[in-house]
Amino acid sequence: MHDSFSWTKLGAALPRWCFYALLLVVFVGPFWAFAMTAFSGVTLQPGELVFWPKSPTMDNFHYAWFKTRVWRYLLNSMLIVTFGLVLQVSISSLAAYALARKRFVGSAVVSMLILSTMMLPEEVIAIPLYLVLGNIPLFKVSLLNTHLGMILPLIGWAFSIFMLTEFMKKVPLELEEAARMDGASEWQIFWLVILPLIKPALGTVTVFGFIMIWDQYLLPLIVANREDLYTLPVALASVRADEAMPPAVFVAITLIAMLPSILIYLAMQKAFNRGLLAGAVKG
Amino acid sequence: MMRALRQWLVPALFLAPALLVFTWFKFIPMALGLRMSFYKVNFGAPNEWIGLENFSRVLEDEALGAAAWNTFLYVTCTVSLSVVLALLLALSMQGVTRHIRIIRTALFLPAITSAAVLAEVWRILYAPTPDGIMNSIAALFGITAQGYLNDPDWALQWLMLMHLWKSVPYDMVIFVAGMATINHELYEAARVDGATAWQRLRFVTIPGLTHAITIVIVLGMIRGFRVFAEIQATTGGGPAGATEVIMTRIYKLGFVQFDYGYASAASVVLFVFTALCTLLYLQWRKRLEA
Repeated sequence: MHDSFSWTKLGAALPRWCFYALLLVVFVGPFWAFAMTAFSGVTLQPGELVFWPKSPTMDNFHYAWFKTRVWRYLLNSMLIVTFGLVLQVSISSLAAYALARKRFVGSAVVSMLILSTMMLPEEVIAIPLYLVLGNIPLFKVSLLNTHLGMILPLIGWAFSIFMLTEFMKKVPLELEEAARMDGASEWQIFWLVILPLIKPALGTVTVFGFIMIWDQYLLPLIVANREDLYTLPVALASVRADEAMPPAVFVAITLIAMLPSILIYLAMQKAFNRGLLAGAVKG
Repeated sequence: MMRALRQWLVPALFLAPALLVFTWFKFIPMALGLRMSFYKVNFGAPNEWIGLENFSRVLEDEALGAAAWNTFLYVTCTVSLSVVLALLLALSMQGVTRHIRIIRTALFLPAITSAAVLAEVWRILYAPTPDGIMNSIAALFGITAQGYLNDPDWALQWLMLMHLWKSVPYDMVIFVAGMATINHELYEAARVDGATAWQRLRFVTIPGLTHAITIVIVLGMIRGFRVFAEIQATTGGGPAGATEVIMTRIYKLGFVQFDYGYASAASVVLFVFTALCTLLYLQWRKRLEA
């Protein structure tokens, strides 16, 4: 009796598990194949991928590191994502504090202005942005062909500001008032009371910010006209053009370019889902 | 007086860095782009005011019109197919919350992969050689080797498939989240009334998902009309203009032909169009909530 019961249960669950397996093959299969190909020998044909390397080696990575300029592009990407993310999260937290915790004349106008940039596709302002970067107003310097030119335009991000504002609004006013009674300054309230309480939201904007910065394509493309300033994702197309390079090496390089966003996503999944659902449910 | 000043000064200081970068890198470029669209931009000579001439060129430009048509096809096909497929997947996962987490994690990998990397992955999957991955799969079904992105008749459709690979899992996760918010008592009531599975879907699940479905469609449209990176990095608009979309065309006008004024006018039109979509959506949502 007991046996047959579990058999029917298995029979009912089997199609479901086959279906899940199919989904995994379709959506995760390419990642798997890229990882396996990257660790296989360098003798593959163009377009060929392997699903299990016969004798795993690091040859492709060795080639990528010593015979191509991948390290240079990876360094550019790392610099931009590190400084870009720190600046983006910092200025977003500061702005969110003012928008969430202060009443002042013009607060609604500032919110509207920032919100309006969410409707503005970045691609649409590419040409004037290129001209502005070539001659920054007030400073009269050019940021073209600099890392700073690829960082500054992306540190103001409305999504990040609004996400933090929403969370900061939920911190009870009593906590702030108690701190004020103890003689805390405005900065101390921001830094020691509010920020520690919204750590989960900081995680969310960090993981979304990372993915957003790693996804930048047009910005590095217009700022850098020297290839040695390209970020890794943007440089892939010119790396590919080197015909002397074995195809499997390029697979390894593509794997290097996709890994950072995958790792940060896996490491901060809880924070990621929080942001996704906040966006999906509230719109 | 001092108090009033302080009350204004504190938020101003906290907002200053954000407002500065927004002004420099969003608002000034926006204004400059709008202004340039009324000029013929010359190099080494003053720009000429030409009124609406750039805009009338936009309307007559056949290459831009073809790109707009491709963009329209790309957006309508990817958005509608993505919603339908994602809805089917979400339905198939309904009620099995326990297994979903690990599968959801895995299905999200395409969605977080940056567009340029995605493009390189699919260029390799679409290798037009007989040993290429997609051609090997085609061979399993007895289909002859395809040219994929090199085939002017089908390249756009293959790019749509690449887009779906990224968007379907994303939309599905939103639908699964939306389904979790539907009141269980509604399903119970439907069961008591003897509703069939189709009726439960038609009268409980779909109405409960209206909000999620609208978000997915509107975001898909807004993102789709300005699609750039995934096309620039795969085909660059080729072969023979088969996959040229609005943004790859504007990119060529601006950064290859240096026709800044005209490219700006085309950008302004694209912006107005996406802004209208957004406003329509906001209006629609307001009416729904009222």
